[in-house]
Amino acid sequence: MLLKPSSMPSDEAKYKALVCVSIGQHPQSGRERRADQDGRAVEMGLNLQGRQLVDLSVVHAGQATSPVLRQYAGMGLSCMTVLSQHQGDDALSAMLDYVKDQQADFLLMGTRSETGESSGLLPYLLAEKLGWPLVPRIAEIQSIEKGVAQILLALPRGQRRSVAVSLPFVATVDNAATAARQTAFGPGMRANIEVVESLSAIDQEASEWQFQPAKARSKRMKVVKAKSAADRFKAATAKAAGGGGKVMKNESVEEKANAIFDFLLEEKVIR
Amino acid sequence: MILDWLLPTLIATLILLAGIGAIRRANLWRAGQAEKVDILAGLMAMPKRYLHDLHHVVERDKYMSRTHVATGGGFVLAMVLVVLVHLLEINSQILAWLLLAALVMMFCGAVFVFKRRLNPPSRLSKGPWMRLPKSLLTFSLTFFILTLPAAGILPDSFGLGEMGQILLGLVFGVLVLLSLGEMLFGMTWGGPMKHAFAGALHLAFHRRPERFGGGRSTGLKPADLGGDSHGVAKPEDFKWNQLLGFDACVQCGRCEAMCPAFAAGQPLNPKKLIQDMVVGLAGGTDEKYAGSAYPNVEVGKAVGSPTQVITEGLVSADTLWSCTTCRACVEECPMMIEHVDAIVDMRRFLTLEKGDTPNKGAEILENIIATDNPNGYAPGSRTHWAADQNLSVMKDVKKVDVLFWVSDGAFDMRSQRILRAFVKLLKAAKVDVAILGDEERDSGDVARRLGDDATFQSLAKRNLATLSQYEFNTIVTTDPHAFHCLRNEYQDFDEQGALQEVEVLHHTTFLNRLMEQGKLSVAEFMGGKVTYHDPCYLGRYNGEYESPRALLSGLGIEVAEMERSGYRSRCCGGGGGAPITDIPGERRIADMRMEEVVATGAELVAVGCQQCTAMLEGVVEPRPQVRDIAEIMADQLVEGAA
Repeated sequence: MLLKPSSMPSDEAKYKALVCVSIGQHPQSGRERRADQDGRAVEMGLNLQGRQLVDLSVVHAGQATSPVLRQYAGMGLSCMTVLSQHQGDDALSAMLDYVKDQQADFLLMGTRSETGESSGLLPYLLAEKLGWPLVPRIAEIQSIEKGVAQILLALPRGQRRSVAVSLPFVATVDNAATAARQTAFGPGMRANIEVVESLSAIDQEASEWQFQPAKARSKRMKVVKAKSAADRFKAATAKAAGGGGKVMKNESVEEKANAIFDFLLEEKVIR
Repeated sequence: MILDWLLPTLIATLILLAGIGAIRRANLWRAGQAEKVDILAGLMAMPKRYLHDLHHVVERDKYMSRTHVATGGGFVLAMVLVVLVHLLEINSQILAWLLLAALVMMFCGAVFVFKRRLNPPSRLSKGPWMRLPKSLLTFSLTFFILTLPAAGILPDSFGLGEMGQILLGLVFGVLVLLSLGEMLFGMTWGGPMKHAFAGALHLAFHRRPERFGGGRSTGLKPADLGGDSHGVAKPEDFKWNQLLGFDACVQCGRCEAMCPAFAAGQPLNPKKLIQDMVVGLAGGTDEKYAGSAYPNVEVGKAVGSPTQVITEGLVSADTLWSCTTCRACVEECPMMIEHVDAIVDMRRFLTLEKGDTPNKGAEILENIIATDNPNGYAPGSRTHWAADQNLSVMKDVKKVDVLFWVSDGAFDMRSQRILRAFVKLLKAAKVDVAILGDEERDSGDVARRLGDDATFQSLAKRNLATLSQYEFNTIVTTDPHAFHCLRNEYQDFDEQGALQEVEVLHHTTFLNRLMEQGKLSVAEFMGGKVTYHDPCYLGRYNGEYESPRALLSGLGIEVAEMERSGYRSRCCGGGGGAPITDIPGERRIADMRMEEVVATGAELVAVGCQQCTAMLEGVVEPRPQVRDIAEIMADQLVEGAA
């Protein structure tokens, strides 16, 4: 029985937070590593656990042999769960069963994985199947009280939006969240990694795809007509020019969709 | 006569108390971890180690070495004779006269100790140490007078009446109690004389016996991986003979005078650190410490016990991270204490167990793990610097005379100039050389100094696996840190014998050989006054002071030596992960070093290390130019002459 600090109402039970982690890939060496956003998600979970708000458990769908799991564990986890999967399996159904089985109150994960499809779709699919709301790109969970979490969403250019979300929910963690703490070798080695046999379902669709290295997207050129160093500095540090867009709040869904469609045509994304 | 029974009783009692104290003290050391030591061989070797190795270091301060020989030698001799003459009461005038002579010698020494304590330098500890010369003088005088009757100079019982005898007995009883108490009781119960007892045993059971007899042992000991804890968390996690080593400290402060971090005002003072370790092993606080504090850290607040985590109340983590592992303190310590071992042991706990490496430490370690180099560059770009160099790669040639270990300078544009210069010299000397190319990995030096022995060992094993596939006679490198790892630290992991029969050389040694063989010819250097900065990892760690100087003199340069050079060279501040942990101080170590360069009036400082180059070039202009010896030589190379 953990003693609760007096600041917490005594009827407030601890919530169960589940963090899903994946095996990341270092951009320079292509070697396995702790995925950056997933590390941030674990950091967020540990932080909430440190504040006595949640019980944290961390789960990975894949192979239990990866040394990277020890790097996650080295952040201060005494145990982790691995849903045993083969290469090329679809993690969705295994995850779904596990989340239901664990009766988690909310789910944290990175916005997108660093390997594989990296489509960022898994949290959306999970949320859809669970019937939970999805909170995209969060920077911080400020508080959880009476079944409602106060969350800061990360917006471009360092902006934040505060939202209140009722549990349960799925949240994806943005790069703006606190960076993952250093991993320690000893605790990581000693952590208990529990392997759970899970449904293995080959991802049929993905198995028929052809993979090739992505090409870098072409960037719009910035034409700098600077005459002096000060101008060049201004051009380099200026905010991206805004003003071209418009905010649509009260329009109907069709109007909003049309606006997006027109914009994509204008940008020649679809032809 | 009262003295007839009082004196033997006092001596016997104090010897007995000293014996009890010795057992108590030994039990404090035994709280440490087991370490195999050849007890008998150690004890047999101890006198020679004391007379030769220890005094070789003390000898650097002529005043003190003579003083110590007279005082210490006089005391040991006198003590043996006091037991014979006054305790066992052997009636022999010869012994008594010998005792008088020993006491005179001791008295002369003690006078010089007294003089030194009149206006002591700041590095010396005060407190009980200020009492010591008085105790020494009292001891020698008291026993001199007490021995006069035995030597037949004065009549028995000093020719006094009964009252006089009682008075004399009481006065001398008190004097004997005070002085002999200091010498015997204090030796094992923790007074200044403790250094004699612990020091002698420390010499006998030293953890690095290779250091005696002119040897060198500088490679760190491997950490045991996979247990319930890593590194040293609590004083009892040290090996027992490390604890004994801490206890041997005489608080002479020579380490303090040499420590670059202390001079820079960072919160480290090697002497205080060792004294804090003593507090830790004996339990208590540092209130009684009477020497210089850690810069800007108040004395009296530290609390420790053998079972308490060191960084939770005894020593702040910043103190441990301030060290550049330059070994200046170890080199200077007359008691041959191993400060750097202790610091890295404690760092191992912070990194491997706590995940608490300060500043950029975590990022650097993560990079090393993911990319095999500290800055996280693409491993596939390791050989880009040599795109135009036409160097053979080991993978293709398999067998070569000389393997050039490039080290992580490959990723740094400034260091690449050194690499190119060295390659130019190699080609001019027609050396059969190859590099590992992309198969090379970081040597693990930084990871190891930051306490991450797991990563170091993994790198060492993988590098050795690579090396074991190829045949070569020599490894040469321009990086003293990699040189030290390959030469002194990889052997602990070299199961395949990849480095057996292989000579590991620093590029200055290698170039010096080429010069001696007449394979290189250089024109005289005309660029003005030059000084040379000894890299710690080349000099103190590997004893190479001569080759760089020989090369410079071969260029016709008369090196304008800095005040701190050779084995007393001051660190540039770039070692031991110090630039990564970057603990704030009042000054930068590199700036202090550059001031010393400027003081020689040199326009150019020659170095033999890329870290030193980076650190010294980081000093604000105007300042002397900084160039590696390879660069200076490459510029003076006369092509086609050899």
